[in-house]
Amino acid sequence: MALRGERVTLAHGGGGRAMRDLIEEIFTSVFAPPGMEDQARLMSDALHDPGARLAFTTDGFVVTPMEFPGGNIGKLAICGTVNDLAVGGATPLWLSAAFIIEEGTEFAVLRRIVATMAREAEAAGVRIVTGDTKVVERGACDGVFITTSGIGVIPASRDMAASHVRAGDVAIVNGVLGDHGATILAARGDLALSSAIESDCAALGHLMEAALSAAPEARAARDLTRGGLASALNEIAEEAGCGIVIDEDALPLRAEVVGMCEILGLDPLYLANEGRLVLFVPADQAEAALAAMQALPEGEGAAIIGRAVADHAGQVRMRTAFGGTRIVDMLVGEQLPRIC
Amino acid sequence: MKFASEFRDPKLARALLQAIAEKADAIGATREKPVHIMEICGGHTHSIFRYGLDKLIHEGVEFIHGPGCPVCVLPRARVDECIELAERPEVIFTTFGDAMRVPGSTKSLIQAKADGADIRMVYSPLDALELARRNPDREVVFFGLGFETTTPSTALAIQQAAREGLANFSVFCNHITVPEPIKALLDDPYMMLEGFIGPGHVSMVIGFHPYDFIAQDYGKPIVVAGFEPTDLLQSVLMVLTQIEAGQARVENQYGRVVPEHGNSVSIAAINDVYEKRPSFEWRGLGEIDASGMRIRDAYRAYDAEEKFGIGYAVGRREVPEVEGCACGQVMTGRIKPTQCPQFGKGCTPETALGALMVSSEGACAAYWQYGGARTAAE
Repeated sequence: MALRGERVTLAHGGGGRAMRDLIEEIFTSVFAPPGMEDQARLMSDALHDPGARLAFTTDGFVVTPMEFPGGNIGKLAICGTVNDLAVGGATPLWLSAAFIIEEGTEFAVLRRIVATMAREAEAAGVRIVTGDTKVVERGACDGVFITTSGIGVIPASRDMAASHVRAGDVAIVNGVLGDHGATILAARGDLALSSAIESDCAALGHLMEAALSAAPEARAARDLTRGGLASALNEIAEEAGCGIVIDEDALPLRAEVVGMCEILGLDPLYLANEGRLVLFVPADQAEAALAAMQALPEGEGAAIIGRAVADHAGQVRMRTAFGGTRIVDMLVGEQLPRIC
Repeated sequence: MKFASEFRDPKLARALLQAIAEKADAIGATREKPVHIMEICGGHTHSIFRYGLDKLIHEGVEFIHGPGCPVCVLPRARVDECIELAERPEVIFTTFGDAMRVPGSTKSLIQAKADGADIRMVYSPLDALELARRNPDREVVFFGLGFETTTPSTALAIQQAAREGLANFSVFCNHITVPEPIKALLDDPYMMLEGFIGPGHVSMVIGFHPYDFIAQDYGKPIVVAGFEPTDLLQSVLMVLTQIEAGQARVENQYGRVVPEHGNSVSIAAINDVYEKRPSFEWRGLGEIDASGMRIRDAYRAYDAEEKFGIGYAVGRREVPEVEGCACGQVMTGRIKPTQCPQFGKGCTPETALGALMVSSEGACAAYWQYGGARTAAE
């Protein structure tokens, strides 16, 4: 234990012994990257498959508070990047993790975040193979910012893209919507709301593998992060050049989340999720994909929510519980709670 | 929300829609000669579009979307004053989220925040009070905005600040009242409304007697309504029933929440802290007598207008509305949002010019967001 004190100081970003101690004690001892060169050197049997392609993605993670019911920023950083690979049909293999740490951050908090990352990575079947650490002055960032990049391999037989969605395809989500967004709202503590909701944050690589085995001709998937289901469906409708119709009655929503949205004037369809995706499959494979999802814990609440249609190209519409219809549009900016 | 599901029961809704259709036929309402019913409150407008009621209801019933969105009706001059306050280096400016995007003459609060102003979104004026306690070397200003629904909570915050002797807290008061703009609309010679649906939340505070003049002096029915779809449908049916019988009364559909005389604690707090301004400016409607509240002299120390020498304390600022905005005509039912020359062209939620496109609860924004415009065009 060479780290002194309880908090990160600017010395830990200075490139000297203190920085080496921080990196070794907090990061490399836990992540155990293969070798300590300036680059990771990688090999996988999946790359031998003729026609296989690499998938490469990157994402920055900032969240207040850093720890919340159901997860922390480290779990988000692993799951978010694994999911970005998985929804493209890739098998996630390797991740990088870059940390920007605010001076004064407690070592104990960092250790919890890093332990969570290691645990999630192992469960998701990926390795954290390289990384970076910077320390910035107090106030220059909010706690810890993490950027993770990921590499996966897409088998030759798979080709998923939003533009492949066709009229008649069925849309499936893997569980209740909006839990993550609602959890973060409640956890910020400035709403006098108490809630038992936990973030839905989860890595979806195994779920996608199961769904794609059951529905090999699946067209496209999107994870439902910022902007929620509504934004993802709008993107798909636009890319595919077809319309999408969803049924209000079929949407899996938790009563607590609906209630919180009612109070704040928010729409759960736009709330962020960190362990939810929407998958479009040909109609004749929908039941098989649904059953495969429901068999896994991260797909327990899976449901068919609608389908792609030939008319109103580029638009998402919802059949309300009354039989009325309304457009589900993209948001202009962030959802803002209303006055009354 | 299990208590709400029964008010969203499709079977009950269908029965109400059928009854409305029969009543509308009985009074001879048609697409060409519709009954115009104004829902005053933006929350009602939102529900109508969210549940697609505008498309499900008999074609002889036309909803006219009233001025009841406090964010929409805030004039540009007042937004400019908010930004001036927020940009003072000593000020932490606190506001409800949906006021962040309202455009002033040069920018909105969200743009001012990006430019460096210390603007914080809060969910209650009590959060602003807490910020004042934690930042004794800063001036915390709360942007008091809203109808009778939010006025009491601001009043309670001011009373609490006075009890604590908190010297660094003040309120930029833009609280407005519902009955006066309705009277202004009824006095408009071009007004073409046959009945009103009143905001249930407002009546929860003030009761329903403040609307007596609508029935007694102007001979129009008004039904105070809840916000669930079947609340709205039942209220439409109650308005039509009055019209058929040639009656004009104030009725209370929202009995599960609205007491006849309102909430006496809230009313006492309002009366203790505020008095009526002689007149207040509304975006799209102009000056309306006695339609706004100001902080009484006894609480002068908590009035941001007095403290910083801004707003009505130094005289009303003339900031003209954007040219070509037809918000006033939309609100009086003379034209539909889609008939405004700016709708969807110069004026969209991204580039809102007028009051009714500004907030998500404005009529034009609801038309745009829920596709009233785009699906109607097909």
